[in-house]
Amino acid sequence: MRSKKRRQAQEVKMPRQAKRIRQEGRQNRVAGGGVKDKLIIYKDLHIRAWYSSLLRLGKTPFASAITIAVLAISIALAGSFQLLLINFQQLAGNLETSAPISLFLRENINENRAQILADSLRKNPTIESVQVISKEQGRALFKTFGSFGAAIDMLDENPLPVALEIMPKNTLHDNGQIATLVNTLKQRQEVDYVRMDMEWLQRLQAMMAVAHRLFAVINALLGFAVLFITGNTIRLELNSRQEEIMITKLVGATNSFIATPFVYTGFWIGFFAGVLARIIVALLLVPLSGPVEELSAHYNSNFHLLSLSIAESIKLIFMSALLGMLGSCLVLFNQLQKTNPQ
Amino acid sequence: MLKFENVCKRYPLTGDVLRGVSFHLQRGEIAFLTGHSGAGKSTLLKLIALMERCNSGEIWLDGQKLSHVKDSQIPYLRRKMGFIFQDYKLLHDHTIFQNVALPLVIAGYGHQETTRKVRAILDKVGLAGKEHKLPLALSGGEQQRVGIARAVVNKPPIIIADEPTGNLDPELSEEIMRLFEDFQQVGVTVLVASHDIALIERMRHRVLKLERGQLFSV
Repeated sequence: MRSKKRRQAQEVKMPRQAKRIRQEGRQNRVAGGGVKDKLIIYKDLHIRAWYSSLLRLGKTPFASAITIAVLAISIALAGSFQLLLINFQQLAGNLETSAPISLFLRENINENRAQILADSLRKNPTIESVQVISKEQGRALFKTFGSFGAAIDMLDENPLPVALEIMPKNTLHDNGQIATLVNTLKQRQEVDYVRMDMEWLQRLQAMMAVAHRLFAVINALLGFAVLFITGNTIRLELNSRQEEIMITKLVGATNSFIATPFVYTGFWIGFFAGVLARIIVALLLVPLSGPVEELSAHYNSNFHLLSLSIAESIKLIFMSALLGMLGSCLVLFNQLQKTNPQ
Repeated sequence: MLKFENVCKRYPLTGDVLRGVSFHLQRGEIAFLTGHSGAGKSTLLKLIALMERCNSGEIWLDGQKLSHVKDSQIPYLRRKMGFIFQDYKLLHDHTIFQNVALPLVIAGYGHQETTRKVRAILDKVGLAGKEHKLPLALSGGEQQRVGIARAVVNKPPIIIADEPTGNLDPELSEEIMRLFEDFQQVGVTVLVASHDIALIERMRHRVLKLERGQLFSV
């Protein structure tokens, strides 16, 4: 009697449980409660993938170190070119602004009026300094020009006008700004003639533009190298974990679920390579900075080798990590489509 | 629960592997799929798992036509099935807990819910207290129980077992089959591919026999 009751209770219980199983089966697409719960689970999955990919790199320290070192050298090359450009720009900036503008005043302008004009020009924010060169100083200067300089002694009176030598501010980096200053000076009544070697500046700036373009192309090629090296590393990792991927697919994992830890592996490889590259770039400067400063001192210049700033260093590491992730994605989605359980 | 309707599968090199296979498994039913090597058992299981698509006919799983399932939907459909293999297919660098928790992590269960469900199923298959061990530290029978726990932890409505007792002695085989019967009690459908005639006879469940691609109910 008791066993009959138990059987009846079991018969009632079974369909209920079966119904619950069916409902849970339907929920399987995304388990969990509301949107908030799903976001928490999504976050947990990413934190787990982020952490597990780091641990996995640590499990194969030698292979990981080799990959990171190869990438770091490529990134360090790109970083060094960037640094070279920054220093070249600094040097070019010094050269550009070290070219003075000569103002030859009209014949009727004496030294007193030239001094008044100089005082007025000193107030111009784009001018660093103004020096008045008197007729006599001009004559003395002219005499220094070799055999041609002696010709001035043959004249009865000094034909040279009073001149001003103007040094522009070193914030003027392009032709346009300097040309504007020259035009402003030309419009002054007292000025007869303005001289500045603009062609030389234009040539220098054209060379800078070529260097910019050249380094951009080289950096793009090095970026592709980083992309392909990371992609190949991830491809090898995928091949070594085929069995695991197949099992995971059989229990219902989507390609994006499987891909997530590999994308983070790419991130870590890129990140560490970026940090190592930054260290390599810093180390490259150590043997160079001494001789460069010595050379600079011979030219009475205060030129110092610049290093990458904090913002540029962060940009280098960020780009490196981004390229690592992109390199992984490049391989992952194609490979995972092809990997199916057998 | 599972319905095959005149299903044919042909490979370019080997020709017809399944010819007009039709059968229907009710919810909560256990059936053995048997036949000689090359009879088409593995192909039939692959069609259910959507590792392969049939050339003609139709397969229904839990009211869903498998021919209409897009490739992107396959992972979600596989979450409705529990797979058990002769070689267990466990992840050897993961602990027992991690192996069993895998379907729950994939389905997006939270940590607490996962821990609760994994502990409960490990208790059910007699592996409580061994969750932190690695699979290779367990015996063959225990590894297969881990495989079963992983297959059922997400409470799928159907279990597909491919030679689950192939590597086990008769006593352990029967133990595994008893576990299947326990799941059957709660409405789970179980399809077991097996060569073990003695076991099939002892268990007294429905038998589907494949011979040269054709199905005979015994």
